[in-house]
Amino acid sequence: MAKDVIRLEGKVVEALPNAMFRVELENGHRVLAHVSGRMRMNFIRILPGDQVTVELSPYDLAKGRIVYRAG
Amino acid sequence: MTIRPKNAEAIAKMRAAGLVVAEVLELLRTLCRPGITTAELDAAAVRRMGERGARSLFLGQPHPRGGPAYPGNICVSVNEELVHGIPGPRKIAEGDVVSVDVGAEKDGWCGDAARTYVVGEVSPDVADLVLVTAKALEVVRREARAGVLWSAVAGRIQALVEGRGFSVVREYVGHGIGRQMWEPPRVPNYVGADMARDDFLLAEGMTMAVEPMVNMGRRHVRELDDGWTVVAADGKPCAHFEDTFVIRSDGAEPLTRL
Repeated sequence: MAKDVIRLEGKVVEALPNAMFRVELENGHRVLAHVSGRMRMNFIRILPGDQVTVELSPYDLAKGRIVYRAG
Repeated sequence: MTIRPKNAEAIAKMRAAGLVVAEVLELLRTLCRPGITTAELDAAAVRRMGERGARSLFLGQPHPRGGPAYPGNICVSVNEELVHGIPGPRKIAEGDVVSVDVGAEKDGWCGDAARTYVVGEVSPDVADLVLVTAKALEVVRREARAGVLWSAVAGRIQALVEGRGFSVVREYVGHGIGRQMWEPPRVPNYVGADMARDDFLLAEGMTMAVEPMVNMGRRHVRELDDGWTVVAADGKPCAHFEDTFVIRSDGAEPLTRL
């Protein structure tokens, strides 16, 4: 029996206050995502249009955490 | 991520569970004929598991995202259904592509495997789809040996599948297996940026269920309202093969083959 990946790729569509972003996933769903602490420590800037990897919350699939920025 | 290898005693018990799974899959192969319902396949499978002192791992499996628990004993996914098809009144028809997924627990240890069977005559591209997906497990057998990064094996699976013009599903992956059906790590069949962080080194005695899921069309999938059945978004056929493997120094040894 296959397991879900919790990580999905998406594109940042909007930067929101409090370092939150709206991300459109490849499957078309839009989620609200914050930036992982590790990415903040390394000052990785996220801008609308960036391709990112989002880890979804298993409790609320409309929320996630950006764990990787491509490029 | 810590992935603990299993000792010889644990592997022997997983082999015993794996043999039950292999036997049930073989039984299902002989039963997959036009007219039989997927519920009848389910009943035959669970009866055989009982006779061998095993129980279904899937029945009552909690939904990973809080939906309903899995209601069947096995998964039967037909045509555009990829995985986690719930057995029911649907009748198998000539020309169907039927993926059966069986998990059994025996003596506290687990085995999990899947096969895709074709019923009667199918078009050459469907036959090729099934063949390539089966071949992906042969790649695993040969390449997944101790000391190799999983991403190297996943890359070869992906190259094989995409080389034939098919696509690898990303939303679902294989998994470590042992006393539990779902143990770390996640075992994807593709290489991607999202995966790079979770890459892991294969070590002797690691046990995992590797399960390439291949779509004839585009790789996108969606889940039906029943909370489980996963279908190809474009409605084209898909194939799913899986074995539980133990990693050795010279390759991966399947525990779910007769």
